[in-house]
Amino acid sequence: MKELFILVVVTVFTLVTYYLVEPFAHSQMHKHYESEGFAYADLPALTKKGDATRGKDLVMGAGACTGCHGIKVAGMPAPMDAVTAAASYGVNPPDLSNAGSVYDAKFLGNLIKNPAHALMVEHKFDPAKGQMHPMPQFYGAGGDMDQEVADMVAYLQSIAVKGEELTPKMTFELACGRCHAMHYEKWTQIGEKPAFKKKQDELAFDTQVLDYQDSLAKYMGTLPPDLSMYIRSRGAHYIETFVENPQNYLKGTAMPRVGVNAEAAEKVIEHLEDVGDSKRHEREEVGKNVMIYIIIFAIFALLWKKEVWKDLH
Amino acid sequence: MAHFTKATSLHDWLNQRLAVDTLRRVLATEYWIPKNINFLWAMGMVLAITFALLLVSGIFLLMYYQPNVDLAFDSVNYTIMQEVGYGWLWRHVHGVAASVVFLIIYIHMFTGIYYGSYKKGREMIWISGMLLFVAFSAEAFSGYMLPWGQMSYWAGMVITNLFAGGSLHADGLVEWIRGDYVPAQAFLNRFFMLHVLLIPLAIIGLIGLHFGALRIPHVNNQDGEEIDFEAEAAKYKAGDKRSSKVIAFVNDFMSKDMMVVGIYLIFFFYLVFFHYDFAMDPVNFDPANGLKTPTHIYPEWYFLWSYEILRPFSTNVGLIAFAFAQVIFFLLPFLDRSPNAVPASRRGLFKYWFWAMLIDMIILTAMGKVPPVEPFGTIGFYAALTFIGLWIALPFITMFEKKA
Repeated sequence: MKELFILVVVTVFTLVTYYLVEPFAHSQMHKHYESEGFAYADLPALTKKGDATRGKDLVMGAGACTGCHGIKVAGMPAPMDAVTAAASYGVNPPDLSNAGSVYDAKFLGNLIKNPAHALMVEHKFDPAKGQMHPMPQFYGAGGDMDQEVADMVAYLQSIAVKGEELTPKMTFELACGRCHAMHYEKWTQIGEKPAFKKKQDELAFDTQVLDYQDSLAKYMGTLPPDLSMYIRSRGAHYIETFVENPQNYLKGTAMPRVGVNAEAAEKVIEHLEDVGDSKRHEREEVGKNVMIYIIIFAIFALLWKKEVWKDLH
Repeated sequence: MAHFTKATSLHDWLNQRLAVDTLRRVLATEYWIPKNINFLWAMGMVLAITFALLLVSGIFLLMYYQPNVDLAFDSVNYTIMQEVGYGWLWRHVHGVAASVVFLIIYIHMFTGIYYGSYKKGREMIWISGMLLFVAFSAEAFSGYMLPWGQMSYWAGMVITNLFAGGSLHADGLVEWIRGDYVPAQAFLNRFFMLHVLLIPLAIIGLIGLHFGALRIPHVNNQDGEEIDFEAEAAKYKAGDKRSSKVIAFVNDFMSKDMMVVGIYLIFFFYLVFFHYDFAMDPVNFDPANGLKTPTHIYPEWYFLWSYEILRPFSTNVGLIAFAFAQVIFFLLPFLDRSPNAVPASRRGLFKYWFWAMLIDMIILTAMGKVPPVEPFGTIGFYAALTFIGLWIALPFITMFEKKA
């Protein structure tokens, strides 16, 4: 009984210390934000029901999207290669093939109408000071603008791959990968670095990456960080809430609100786990077996002690 | 030269040359431990096991780790954690054991303080134990440099800066320690050497000294009773194990140790697989960047109490207080003026001193981590003063202690 009491005392002091240096101290050091479920409540909802056929005409025609964006599934290649595009716009405009399933529909609608507002970078792009966002606003194609925006969104949704077909890797590349490298999977801002046979080809590729990064750093103020270990250094909760609204944690950051929907956010997290914590399934599996083994060991140790000590008491 | 006869068995052959029977008797079966002990007496074995886990996991990590500022981070977080089979397991075992070993050291220390196990001939046990504490601290700090993450770099910067001695401005000494103006390649290389060679050698030597120091005064017991070990051992050997006050190290004591080790390992491996973040700070998963200071720089939890004795004061006063905190535990056997080597609960004012010290160190630990804003700054300041005050009061309250 006395030993049990001592064990309780030791455990209580240990847990109090743990509580103070871990949960309590971290609650004092970091602001905590709860996820808003990727609802983007500050943005007005799409009021009209979109029509994909009309949307296609707008995207390819009056909307002028394809002046900057490629749409590979519709047979539209990007007008410029990534490095040239970054030199012109700061960052390579995304291919829109899967935009409809990665980005939230309401966010896309608002993005088309007013990019700087939807992206939460109005502190950086103030038209009054002549700071124009590289993506021009859509001022309407002559008809009901809300209807036209809804149509374009409907078109983008109609061409995008859905569900399982949209892999975590594809989601990451579209949502994050044009600004963030991830060298643990050879991802660069201009795509995956291939294996080269000739050193000259590799150097040429590296030069392209560096050129792209120069443009990007100039556009963003600094080169956005490599995300290889972000799942361990920031954790899933921080990444999710940060992506939802970067201004919460980093007031004035150049990082835009990405506008992914909840499903795509989960896929991005999964991809970050696949890259930064790839052994997590093995860890859980091995963990279970080791726990079973060590509990059996403890039982035998207990029995041995009882056997030895029965002569001593 | 001794006389050797033709061996009758391998055992006999070895016995003639190495005296294995005598060794076994002296080190194990007739090494006498008091019977009146509780599970806290197993912490030595728990520490030995944890040290073994650190050593073995460390050897495996050493096969892939690259002590180079450009490669270190990726060799740990990519090569070891993701490419090498079970590399992640060795790293998690190593990281968690490095943190848990200090929890056990603190329990072991406070057990010694509570039961007065540093007095009446046991002074060298205490002093060798404190030397081990210092060696483990140096080992932990040097090991923390190796992943070359943000916390490695900035902790390295802050701690080596302490050697400038505040107003003494011994910047030359700091540069000599770093091998450079800032932590860089020379710094990483020497801390690598310290971590994998020099300090482990010192630790192994000190463990030998610590065990040796135990031999003559014997292990203390739960009531601080002075035991006639020879008389009790004779009783035990005569077969009267029940009334003898001593037990043999092997199997009696060892079986109880192993029971505690078993329970401890359940706790340990739970942390390794399911709750490791406390031992592997997220900030250190960002690669070292000398141009980007992290928002919060703090040491690992086991250094927080002494860090908080440094922090609330002005630079020079803080450094003196810090130096005081580093050496004062060594002097415990001499600052405690009472001849009573009994549990604190039977020692008058010392009882309150013990619990006040324990709680004060937990408060210091907590305040050492949170940002130095109010009210934490004030709490930390008074906790640091209390720490110093308690040590100054110790000789006086023990001097007038009644004979227990």
